[in-house]
Amino acid sequence: MEKAKKIKAGDIREASRLIRNLEDSIPEAKSTIKHIFHFTGHAQVIGITGSPGAGKSTLVDGLIEWSRKKGKTVGVLAVDPTSPFTGGAILGDRIRMQRHAEDPGVFVRSLATRGSLGGLSKAVGDAIHIMDAMGKDIILVETVGTGQQEVEIINHAHTVLVVLVPGMGDEIQAIKAGIMEIADIFVINKADREGTGKLQRELMAMLDMSPIKPGDWRPPIIKIGNAFEPTEFEKGLDELTTKVLEHHEHLVKSNLIGDRIRRKTAHELNEALRSAILEPVMKVLVSTGELDRMIDRLLKKETDPYSIAEEVQKRYLHGCF
Amino acid sequence: MAQRKLRVMVAKPGLDGHDRGARVLSRCFRDAGYEVIYTGCHQTPEQIAAAAIQEDVDMVGLSCLSGAHRYLFPAVKKLLVEKGADDIVVVGGGIIPDQDFQLLYDAGIKAIFTPGATLESIVEWINNNVKPR
Repeated sequence: MEKAKKIKAGDIREASRLIRNLEDSIPEAKSTIKHIFHFTGHAQVIGITGSPGAGKSTLVDGLIEWSRKKGKTVGVLAVDPTSPFTGGAILGDRIRMQRHAEDPGVFVRSLATRGSLGGLSKAVGDAIHIMDAMGKDIILVETVGTGQQEVEIINHAHTVLVVLVPGMGDEIQAIKAGIMEIADIFVINKADREGTGKLQRELMAMLDMSPIKPGDWRPPIIKIGNAFEPTEFEKGLDELTTKVLEHHEHLVKSNLIGDRIRRKTAHELNEALRSAILEPVMKVLVSTGELDRMIDRLLKKETDPYSIAEEVQKRYLHGCF
Repeated sequence: MAQRKLRVMVAKPGLDGHDRGARVLSRCFRDAGYEVIYTGCHQTPEQIAAAAIQEDVDMVGLSCLSGAHRYLFPAVKKLLVEKGADDIVVVGGGIIPDQDFQLLYDAGIKAIFTPGATLESIVEWINNNVKPR
């Protein structure tokens, strides 16, 4: 309760510690979330995704600046990958955002994926709640550098920006399923480079094929120039932020925001159920050594994973865990 | 299943842009299984202290090759203490003459690593002296 109060009052140390406890699966962290959950739902969440080196962090830095100029407070969650071999990670997104480090209206927290495959960390949903309860007006969620299929950001953000750079493949890439479908706004970054026109045409052709009804949102394509040419960069950023606002208005007007929040909530419940049910089972199977014995049986081809899963499910339903 | 992971920050305070060492160490810490937040070059002590608190790190490693460590390292430690984060361990490294060691220890810098320190010895020191809080 005390912790929840401090977080609501904007205590960064307490908030960052709680995010850490959630990442580390410390059980008491969940009880603090129970106390702040009621105070969430006010922040506007913007997701930024795209391939490694596309310029996501630089764009986030620009969006922080824009938000602060409008008098809004900002939370940033920046995700980078965890090593599958050592469990270590280099979290380098905040390098681009350090000019805001001392601004009390900006809270930047880096997260490692820790094995999550959707481009985020499993703690990200609760971390958004924490920043929301702290009273942050805008929360920017930067995914890991994504490929084609890390689309989990749609379960968390109201508006998703997909950041592309010229020269990344032929027109077939633009019509593939996955990341190209989730954009509310496309950003062509480094648009001073060769191939920008081609990429823009391919995106437009792809969008022309989408079945869009009157009144639907057609994802706009915003070109942003070299970040080292401030005038060009800011011009692109202005266009982008205008579209971000328009998209939010569209969501509110068409009541699509309700659908998005529902999807987000359903996803959250799904995750909570999964961990509430799976974790105690795994704990027993691991601590008794049964999991290892199951793996041995599988390696000897005595049984198959589905039979084992059904057997465990039966025991679970009979209250054997 | 609860398991604490060590979070460390590698930072370069001041006007020194030579970050090869800081990057080698960041990589080495990654391979040691830590989560490493790297802030980049040209940071003020204020930026470093604020970032360390926002990131909830267990240790801040400062790298300085310009000779300004006598001012910059204690300044970071002092700011952390002022913000109630005296439990964050601060260590330093770089071109640091022997006669400055005591001044830095007195200011609360827990360890100093100079050219010749092996990566293994640095990781070993951290594993023995920095526990996830």
